[in-house]
Amino acid sequence: MSTTMRQPRRSGIRRGEAASGWLFTAPMIVLLGVFLVIPVLMALWVSFSDWGGRGSPFSSTVNFIGLKNYSTLLSGGGLAEQDFGTALKNNAWYVIFVVPLQTVVALFLAVMVNRQILRGRGFFRTAFYFPSVTSSVAITVLWLFLFSSTGAVNKLLTYVGIAGPNWFNDPRGVLHFGATSGPGYLTGPTVLGVSLWDWVGGPSVAMVGYILLAIFTTSGTFMLLFIAALQNLGGDVQEAAMMDGANGWQRFWRVTLPQLRPTLFTVLTLGLIGCWQVFDQIYAGTQGSPGKTTLTPAFLSYQAAFKNQEWGQGAAIAFLLFVIIVAFTLLQRWVLAERKVSRRRMRMYNIPPSSGTGPGQGASVDGAVLLAARGVARDDR
Amino acid sequence: MSAPAADIRPAIRRDRLTGPQILGRSVLYAVLIIIAIGYIFPFLIDIATSFKTEPDAASDPLSLIPATFTTAAYQKLFLNSDFPLWFRNSAIVTIVVTLGRVFFNSLAGYALSRLHFRGRNVLFAGLVAIMAVPSIVLLIPKFLVINQLGMYDSFSGMIVPLLTDAAGIFIMKNFFESIPISVEEQARIDGAGPFRTFWSVVLPMARPALITIIILSFQGSWNELAHFIVSTQSPELTTLTKGVASLASGQLSQGTQFPLKLAAAAVMTIPVALVFFFFQKRILNASDAAVKE
Repeated sequence: MSTTMRQPRRSGIRRGEAASGWLFTAPMIVLLGVFLVIPVLMALWVSFSDWGGRGSPFSSTVNFIGLKNYSTLLSGGGLAEQDFGTALKNNAWYVIFVVPLQTVVALFLAVMVNRQILRGRGFFRTAFYFPSVTSSVAITVLWLFLFSSTGAVNKLLTYVGIAGPNWFNDPRGVLHFGATSGPGYLTGPTVLGVSLWDWVGGPSVAMVGYILLAIFTTSGTFMLLFIAALQNLGGDVQEAAMMDGANGWQRFWRVTLPQLRPTLFTVLTLGLIGCWQVFDQIYAGTQGSPGKTTLTPAFLSYQAAFKNQEWGQGAAIAFLLFVIIVAFTLLQRWVLAERKVSRRRMRMYNIPPSSGTGPGQGASVDGAVLLAARGVARDDR
Repeated sequence: MSAPAADIRPAIRRDRLTGPQILGRSVLYAVLIIIAIGYIFPFLIDIATSFKTEPDAASDPLSLIPATFTTAAYQKLFLNSDFPLWFRNSAIVTIVVTLGRVFFNSLAGYALSRLHFRGRNVLFAGLVAIMAVPSIVLLIPKFLVINQLGMYDSFSGMIVPLLTDAAGIFIMKNFFESIPISVEEQARIDGAGPFRTFWSVVLPMARPALITIIILSFQGSWNELAHFIVSTQSPELTTLTKGVASLASGQLSQGTQFPLKLAAAAVMTIPVALVFFFFQKRILNASDAAVKE
């Protein structure tokens, strides 16, 4: 049992471990190597080639064409560029709406469900999480029905006197507010073959259907992450804040939310990565229609390669998408990075020497809460 | 610090409720119940509509009771379409993939956490790098390799690439690191080899993590769509996700056929729903345990 007894045998029981180590990891190395690492390298080659889908991409008839596939997409001036621009526009609006909304909804549900006084917490958790386990194909089918012109959503809308749109067949941009043509300074200039007027038009009505679907299916997953984080928070910081007279709203914004920062970061990152890859719903649903307003880069990549046999372009779209995802993740990491409190703010938190009446008291509340939130108060547990 | 905190507790958790508190609680429940209905109601509509006739589905999409109850959608689905075949294919793939992941993920996770060998850290770094690659980037690449290996349009092409996953290996590695090493060292001293130690001593202790892997692989492979789109084309190998997606975009149908489509969606949800309700406690609490470690 003692270390002195075990020490001499240490080399003995470690014998043969190198061989076993490689043997145990061999399936992983082969499977992930053959179906993940090599494919990425192959696709990188295809994105620089003119391979048309017939035979091996390594045969002598396939030529290296440099960045041509990429330049066709980014500055070709043709349909490929326009489609890529449209897909980026659509997906960007999707991200802009889905990521904040799903995070806010998930956090709201988590805070609600996490209340100690709440009975039936298990039921609510189950209800909110269930959409997350079902297949995106099944949910999309359901959504196509709910949002059809005679569907449940429009029926509900008639009760409040609104004539609902024909959701998944409506290409109008919601931020155009019904306007059919814009001012010349917007309709003239184009970026990636798409006019500025279209860029600022927001998601189409059809895309709004997908945005609601995404919030419906992902908020439960992220709610679980927030609940886990909330349960990990020490109650003493809350109590300290409560003792200092902070109300529920102040406690949430000044105490709970700062402590949730790591989880918030995780949720936003996962949300962002997921949103830029939206494919299943588009494939099972509208396949890019109406008017290409639900086209996404992921679906466009599939379509270019498998439908139009433009394999080089399809692979190039996939890699551009990869770059976008990495760039957004890094940007977000930078934006959300822990920063030092600015001097002006710091002064607000300073407890004035003559504590007592007026604003001084409020400041001292914040001061204690801030210290507590920083973990100073946690050390004396 | 601790003394006032102890004093304040009874003050917060009083049993007698004041008027505003009762009001506050009622509002809380009302809000949560309304949201919960919003989350559950679509599934109830799905089931109800699958028993409706097509005109009924269009004229009264909100009602949960069919005007004329009919099982026509299910009859057509099970007796007059490829749906049973899709279901069988999905079941085969899901079962094999889940078994494979349980074995290969735990094997690799054990080696990466416990066995000492040169190159282990490099392997682990590679694994983390792989987890960072978005799956959609792999759509075309996977097809290229599967095609090159002659596995396109076969069960092997559908199953083999899914047999292990980086995230699952990561979960297993983390779990093995959390259990004490003394037990297995005892086994090793008693002369058991690495595989024997892994199989008879460590694996039985890893049940919670293995159940996590089972849940994730079952859900993942049952709901997988993109991989089957790029690895198969023949109708005999169509899975539920692929088949129902083709239904959604209009195959086999004239008109909207919503009762049929929603019946298909409902049936394909049953297996994951069963797994979910069976392991519900674990799923809804798993994240707590994982973070609390």
